[in-house]
Amino acid sequence: MTPAIAPIGLGPYLVVSAALLVLGVLGIFLNRKNIIIILMSMELILLAANLNFVAFSSVHGDLSGQVMVLFVLTIAAAEAAIGLAIVTVYFRNRGSIQVEDVTMMKG
Amino acid sequence: MLAQVVFYVFAAVLLMSAGMVISVRNPVHAVLFLILAFFNASGLFLIAGAEFLAMLLVIVYVGAVAVLFLFVVMMLDVDFTQLREGLQRNAPIGACVGAILFAELVMAVSNWTMAPASAGVSVQAVPGLTNTAALGTLIYTHYVLLFQACGLVLLVAMIGAIVLTLRQTGSGRRQNIEKQHARTREETLELVQLPLGENVLEQGGFLRPRTSYYEIAAPGSYGSAEQRKEAEKEETGA
Repeated sequence: MTPAIAPIGLGPYLVVSAALLVLGVLGIFLNRKNIIIILMSMELILLAANLNFVAFSSVHGDLSGQVMVLFVLTIAAAEAAIGLAIVTVYFRNRGSIQVEDVTMMKG
Repeated sequence: MLAQVVFYVFAAVLLMSAGMVISVRNPVHAVLFLILAFFNASGLFLIAGAEFLAMLLVIVYVGAVAVLFLFVVMMLDVDFTQLREGLQRNAPIGACVGAILFAELVMAVSNWTMAPASAGVSVQAVPGLTNTAALGTLIYTHYVLLFQACGLVLLVAMIGAIVLTLRQTGSGRRQNIEKQHARTREETLELVQLPLGENVLEQGGFLRPRTSYYEIAAPGSYGSAEQRKEAEKEETGA
């Protein structure tokens, strides 16, 4: 049975996923002040990991990779929910979500 | 050939929208580009033969996570122009790190081999099953503990989000458990002697004794006409 990914091959998938990961990291660097964009960049990084998992799973005909994607999606959803809850609470208490303002715990 | 064209279209739109996510000024637009990115990623999943995950990505990410982002961005009244100030200052460092990271990744991608021992541990799909059925058989047998752990993670995340954002406002009527458990029949039920031919409505309807109402009920909103008058007298007298 030839894998569905055969006409494209593994290489393009890995390059796209690497570029996506770099864009996510770049997003964290560029938007140092905006925590919501940072959370979105983390979603992009997780998406890059998922793309890798799916590509390798398809190439090897091994479904474990797709199961891992399922778990990564779960963790990403939980992380987004908790992160946004923290952002909401912080905004309610301080009236700002600037990352640089979060220095209360600094000694 | 067609698969290749579709792949490159999806990949190009995915990378462009990911670039827009991190560079647009308006965070609402950023969330919308994130949704576009997820749609295109699910297209890539489809090309790779992971139909179930593609649909899951659309439902979970576009339907839940991205809408959650959109909700929070719109709910928080943040001055986002102020948040964009550091963009130019951080751009060179970010570009440097990004270029180095990408070069390293490309080097890693172009020079790798499968470990020969890994062939023995691979879980091959049962032929003849659809992608969803094959994933289901795997999740509920081989990975059942991890699957349960995932459920636990979601439960903890749900409880955490509720605990973080729940605000006790004071208004609103809620239960007073001790008081409800400690009440007696006399506080709950009031027997009224009705004259013959009289309707209970003329006595103020079916009533609970005034003392059985808790302090949360608005005064004057309960009890018979006489009881209300009494309460009013008490209030003006005090």
